[in-house]
Amino acid sequence: MPQKPPAGALPNSTSVKAAGTGALKWFRCAAAILAKEARVEWRSRLAVGSTLLFSLCALTAMAYTIGQTKLQPSVEAALLWVVLLFAAMSGLSRPFVREEEMATADNLRLYAPSSAVLAGKLLFNLAFMGLIELVTVPLFFVIMPADLSSTNYGLLVTISLLGGAGLAATSTFVAALISQASAAGARGALFFVVSFPALVPVLMAAVHGTYAALAPAATPPEFGQNSIVTLISYDIVVTAAAYLLFDWVWRES
Amino acid sequence: MCGASRNCWCKVTNLKTFGKIALLLWMEAVIYAAFTFLPPVPGFRVPALAKIMIFHVPNAMVASIISLISAFFAARYLYSRDLIDDVKSSSAASLATLFWVLTTVTGMLFAKIQWGVPWNWDPKQSAIFVLLLIYLAYFALRAAFVDPRKRGLAAAGWTIFAAMTAPFLTFVLPNAQGVQSLHPQGVVFTMKGMGPDYRMIFWGATVGFLALSVWLFRIQVALETIKINTSLARLNKPAAVNADSQLVDGVAPGGSV
Repeated sequence: MPQKPPAGALPNSTSVKAAGTGALKWFRCAAAILAKEARVEWRSRLAVGSTLLFSLCALTAMAYTIGQTKLQPSVEAALLWVVLLFAAMSGLSRPFVREEEMATADNLRLYAPSSAVLAGKLLFNLAFMGLIELVTVPLFFVIMPADLSSTNYGLLVTISLLGGAGLAATSTFVAALISQASAAGARGALFFVVSFPALVPVLMAAVHGTYAALAPAATPPEFGQNSIVTLISYDIVVTAAAYLLFDWVWRES
Repeated sequence: MCGASRNCWCKVTNLKTFGKIALLLWMEAVIYAAFTFLPPVPGFRVPALAKIMIFHVPNAMVASIISLISAFFAARYLYSRDLIDDVKSSSAASLATLFWVLTTVTGMLFAKIQWGVPWNWDPKQSAIFVLLLIYLAYFALRAAFVDPRKRGLAAAGWTIFAAMTAPFLTFVLPNAQGVQSLHPQGVVFTMKGMGPDYRMIFWGATVGFLALSVWLFRIQVALETIKINTSLARLNKPAAVNADSQLVDGVAPGGSV
């Protein structure tokens, strides 16, 4: 249930402060925003649907162009993450861009503490990315002619989740930045261009980790561990940076 | 024009004009010394190639310093919401881009002759490539905003966000790549294997490039100030940046840089 303002309360700074006091209120605020995002998404299923369709199209394009050629595990890992990157870029900016398109961002600024806004939307994007991966990763190995006999599935799942979390956390913050851009038509391209440089470490680590998971015998044992450590630290740093900076960029004056 | 303007270029008695002429002579001396006075170093594939270090390394140092300055003013803008801080941050960012490009180009020249190819995804090359992407994204982000205050917020947020993820580029990428760097190890201050003559000209060049960047920075800040006040006037808002106190002298209407 999206939180409603108390009846008769003026939307001024005191009500914002009141909503910010107490951890319980903060959690309820974040949960309300998460629920709101899920409900809006459920109504149209536009972002999830189009992103999944995007993954399917990209996989089909690769399947037809590559044919039955047997790929090296390193190439497969790279292809998988290229598909995941572009799929993420097509859907993860929605939560913030939608607020600006519907002109509801100022309501959020008034009624919710900014960190709760970030938390709600970040959680939604994490779930979104998890859903995309849940479909895309298995589909990838069904469509591509892959040899999965020696695959380390635990490592593959861990790397997918951590890498997806990195994609989601970075792009949530970047979406908040670009959502207020004046050039509304350019937001899609801008979102990708701005997110990409920050995502390079995630991609590198995730591709190396996936390679290690697909071909445990061909890679040194510390390969997967290094990737996991890199991804965990990256996720923590990006989430912390987003948390620290969000309040400053979310409030305009 | 001469005589009418307070800052006529021919007035060497003016301290700032004197400084600019001194900088010109200084840089000329450095360039002259680098090409003629410094001896070729036999260890390199083409011994005269060693001289490019006089330009490559100081450029990289100046670029790092200006990048930090840009991040500093971005953080200050988030705190102060004073547009002059955003102007300074973006001016420093454009200068940092210039000096990073110069570093890359001199490095590619060196790599072509010493290592055979201009670009081999050496860890430092990978890092600088992503760094240039970060700055290009920064300017793309700025271009998408009309309102200077919103533009300042987004740009400052991106600058600090990128600065916080930058350590992954310098520390993680080189390890993940599995490639041995062709660059020498360690920082420039140890400078083993650099002769005293090279060391002297090297620090001379560093001082010269630093002074040059300060000058360029002041001109850029003045230009951006005019641009931002013009765009504010177009939005029918009062000028936000006080031109009198912040401009370099001579950029006021009717003057010259």
